[in-house]
Amino acid sequence: MTAQVALHHVGKTFPATRSSKALHALGPLDLELVPGEFFAVVGPSGCGKSTLLEIIAGLAPATEGSVAFEGKPIAGEAPDGIGVVFQEDASLPWLNVEDNVAFGLRRSALSQSERDTRVRDVLRLVGLSDFARSYPSQLSGGMRQRVCIARTLVMQPRLILLDEPFGALDQQTRLLMGDELLRMWRETGATIFLITHALDEATMLADRIAVMSARPGRLIDVVKTHWPRERDSRIVERPEFGAITARLWKSLREESLKTIGRSLSTPAAES
Amino acid sequence: MNAVIAYRVAVVAGAIALLEVLCLTGVIDKITMQAPHLIARDLFRLLASGQMNGAIVKTLTNTVIALVMALTIGVVAGALIHRWRGLRDTLDPLFATYYAVPVFAFYPFFIVVFGLGDLPQILIAFMLGVVAMIVNTLNGLDRVPTVLLKTARILRLSPVQTAMRLTLPAAAPYILTGVKLAVAYAFIGIIGSEFILSRGGIGYEISFAYTNFDNAVMYPLIVLILIASIAINSVLGRWERTLLTRRGMR
Repeated sequence: MTAQVALHHVGKTFPATRSSKALHALGPLDLELVPGEFFAVVGPSGCGKSTLLEIIAGLAPATEGSVAFEGKPIAGEAPDGIGVVFQEDASLPWLNVEDNVAFGLRRSALSQSERDTRVRDVLRLVGLSDFARSYPSQLSGGMRQRVCIARTLVMQPRLILLDEPFGALDQQTRLLMGDELLRMWRETGATIFLITHALDEATMLADRIAVMSARPGRLIDVVKTHWPRERDSRIVERPEFGAITARLWKSLREESLKTIGRSLSTPAAES
Repeated sequence: MNAVIAYRVAVVAGAIALLEVLCLTGVIDKITMQAPHLIARDLFRLLASGQMNGAIVKTLTNTVIALVMALTIGVVAGALIHRWRGLRDTLDPLFATYYAVPVFAFYPFFIVVFGLGDLPQILIAFMLGVVAMIVNTLNGLDRVPTVLLKTARILRLSPVQTAMRLTLPAAAPYILTGVKLAVAYAFIGIIGSEFILSRGGIGYEISFAYTNFDNAVMYPLIVLILIASIAINSVLGRWERTLLTRRGMR
């Protein structure tokens, strides 16, 4: 099967500015995503996970290597067919839920009734049918994030990038959102690329999990979970769940220590 | 809440009652000011006679023209300046000191150049309002969350679509602050310049009545201006409240 996303020797260096030295943030890094898979990335904070996502989304160009989506190179512009859900609340406070979800459809060639049907279907999928006329300020954080997910899904993307979408939510809500995400993933058939700092979340959701090193971020391990496609959060009861999470932590522990150790030891080293 | 409104009404009513008493007892003499109930009566007569209709229409038309110019040009200029960092850095200090300049000082010059018509007055009112619009538009655009700009790029909106559908609506509460200021400035600009030198309008009529000791015209017109500006401000205030409530900002 051909890769939907192909990254070859991708790297990112932020040029030096008046106040800071050049920063090698990412790579070199090779990565291929198979159509329809659920791929998660974990890594220590500041390792360039979000930079990687922005490169795939076409929001920021890579400074080395090549990035292709469905065989076409991505060059600093968001390609059609990719949807992104960010960690921050990106709901539009002046529009009600329905109009928020329909926001991206305005430019499409769909008729009004087709748009309405799509919006209604997606709202049902994320469980917000009863809140179509509510404004984001009347919703909880989890519901607002579902509005953003719905706004992404309504465009019917073939690849969905999620940047710690549940990072701001409490643990129970996150588990339930994970269940919903798995259900949406099965129903839409889209590829999912999820960035998370929660190892258990990655293990529970993904088919493959990549572990990134401390900055500059490279892929140091890719773990396959071998979960069935039909699955939900109850998968945490399985013995493999603990084993996989443990393996992720083993790879990650040293990298996380590097990040923390570096910032702790720097002042001591200088004195 | 209701208690607050009651107090507010009581303060205004008390002030009017005090004036009434002072005028009736002769502490304030007739040549200085008429009793409030007489002002109200004269205002009613003045409006009923229709002799001020021309002046009212002229002032309101010019105010609206200046306001519309200040709003559109202010928002468009704000959006453009926001896009160009260099231009922004150049202009920011000018905006910061702009209101230290007495714009009315340009009025004689405008009359020399454009003649004693409506244009110099409209220009003064526009100049007073437009920078408030620009500054508040910039302020609002500064506060648009980065994540919304990324969303616009993912949805592949053009710069104009991004401004019209995303950043300007997101900045609306701040732009509305600019609108409130611009309304006040437009009134000040038009009525003030009518006062100084003009051939008509409410400001002119007040000034004319003043020079002729015509209290029966002067005070009613002052009250008329007060009523108009309070009415416009409360309409804008209501609009602002619904906008902020919807966004959970109050």
